[in-house]
Amino acid sequence: MYTFSKRLKIASFILMAVGLLGIGIGFVSAPSTVEEAKAIVAAHDDGHGTESHEEVSHEAAPVQHDVEEEGHDAVEEHGVEHDASHDEHLLHQLQNKPWSALYVAAFFFMMIALGVLAFYAVQRASQAGWSPLLFRVMEGITAYLIPGGIIVFIILVLSVMHVNHLFVWMDSDVVAHDKILQAKSGYLDPTFFLIRAVIFLGGWILYREYSRKYSIAQDESNDDSYFKKNFKISAAFLVFYLISESIMSWDWIMSLDPHWYSTLFGWYLFASMFVSGITVIAMVTIYLKSKGYLEDVNDSHIHDLAKFMFGISVFWTYLWFSQFMLIWYANIPEEVTYFVTRIEDYNLPFFGMVVMNFVFPILLLMNSDYKRINWFVVMAGVVILLGHYIDIFNMIMPATVGDQWGIGLSEISSVLFFTGLFIFWVFRALTKAPLQPTRNPFIEESKHFHY
Amino acid sequence: MASKVIQAFYDDDDVLMHAVKEVKAAKYHIEEIFCPFPVHGLDKAMGLAPTRIAIASFIYGCIGFVVSIVMMNYIMISDWPQDIGGKPSFSYIQNMPAFVPIMFELTIFFAAHLMVITFYLRSRLWPFKEAENPDVRTTDDHFLMEIEVHNNEKELRELLLNTGALEINISDK
Repeated sequence: MYTFSKRLKIASFILMAVGLLGIGIGFVSAPSTVEEAKAIVAAHDDGHGTESHEEVSHEAAPVQHDVEEEGHDAVEEHGVEHDASHDEHLLHQLQNKPWSALYVAAFFFMMIALGVLAFYAVQRASQAGWSPLLFRVMEGITAYLIPGGIIVFIILVLSVMHVNHLFVWMDSDVVAHDKILQAKSGYLDPTFFLIRAVIFLGGWILYREYSRKYSIAQDESNDDSYFKKNFKISAAFLVFYLISESIMSWDWIMSLDPHWYSTLFGWYLFASMFVSGITVIAMVTIYLKSKGYLEDVNDSHIHDLAKFMFGISVFWTYLWFSQFMLIWYANIPEEVTYFVTRIEDYNLPFFGMVVMNFVFPILLLMNSDYKRINWFVVMAGVVILLGHYIDIFNMIMPATVGDQWGIGLSEISSVLFFTGLFIFWVFRALTKAPLQPTRNPFIEESKHFHY
Repeated sequence: MASKVIQAFYDDDDVLMHAVKEVKAAKYHIEEIFCPFPVHGLDKAMGLAPTRIAIASFIYGCIGFVVSIVMMNYIMISDWPQDIGGKPSFSYIQNMPAFVPIMFELTIFFAAHLMVITFYLRSRLWPFKEAENPDVRTTDDHFLMEIEVHNNEKELRELLLNTGALEINISDK
């Protein structure tokens, strides 16, 4: 049995406390009036005056509501009215900032647990022989899906209640002036949106709980019936997951830019969550091994996880580029704005993320021997995780805060808070069952796994 | 120089692996092993040097990558620039996204094909090549281990029979 070391527990509490404090300060210091918002922007950089702002809001943010309304209704009436609505727009962006930071981090950590759940279900459904030794580690990580999913859900409920303004289409004033959103209003309906969220989260958590229950019951059992049950529900879950994950990506992320659409967005997000999840499995496994647990896990298991990290990183890049190239080539205005915003306002994170998520892992993890060096895998994993945080950041921030983004107090604190919560919840779950399954029919194969 | 070799036949890869380890433990040099299919871990048991095909493959991939860049630059930019979809081809870097699939394909094409060709040449395999197998049964269901004999035929024969060899022949090479 694993015992949660005191130092790790204290570290997780400190992370949560510091994060919570920072999140609170971020919310308190968000501007509440137009004047405050202008003061903040003026204080940040003087060179970034009104001139460049007007330019940016025109070409880069056609999705944002004020600009949108204006573009449709009052093309001729520039001047004073324009300035006023522009300032209000700025206020909304700055008010959105702490919410967006919270949402990015909450979603990112929820996504790690969900990615691990998908990987776990694949292992179960394919009856893999190499991985049963890692099942308890995976089950520990998926335990975070419950608090993580609930937090994301609460943020979505608050959006529907207009406590924050992350989703433009939830504002009925905006929809009233927007033909495209009117056409989509049957699907982008706040109530239906929440019902879908409940179904998805409910389905994922239900599978997680049952699979965990069967996994533990299998250890006590005299036959393989729980193993077979787990196989069946895992296969069923994968069907449900692939559909729900795709719709979830449209709902929770793509609808932030409600005019824009990409048909491979679900896959793209899946690649991101899959590689992040596998990276976290490798990191937790290496940590537990370094503490003397999981004696039977050998370098070949780490090698296999690192192969997945390498492979799925390349897969992620393939999807990232496929999405980019088709839109770049076709150059249809309503599609291409998505990338214009990101390349103009988010140049460094947008291309930096490709370096972190593709160039770095491909060069580091290509050599077969390096995949067996534990600290090497951990270092590569840290970069991959940061890269995929920035990936989610790039998906959400341009729609909610536009060019007012930054990696500041709110962003870092949110990440710290969720890191703490994640560590606390995952390692607490790991203490609840023996780290090594005993009666899994493939456990011997897994122990002797050798590449 | 006509040297003598002893040839031991086996009919199971597990028995063969075991035999290889015992022969190595008795400090004999295994000349060659003929198998009807690849046996996992045999190279390590025989003490062969690790393969360098991965390094070769990486180099071939890099060559393919460079060839694709030079090729697309010649075809699309310098030789015959066209205006495709409102994107005039006057600058390589501006048209680069369109060339990425070609870079990707040629990198793989070069790495894969040249690696296979290298492997065949390195294994001395080419069309119309005479088979080197000393016995046709090694292409069916038998494994054959070949050890050079230096006036120690008796000990070798004993050792190999103990490891489970089905048949032992002595042949001149």
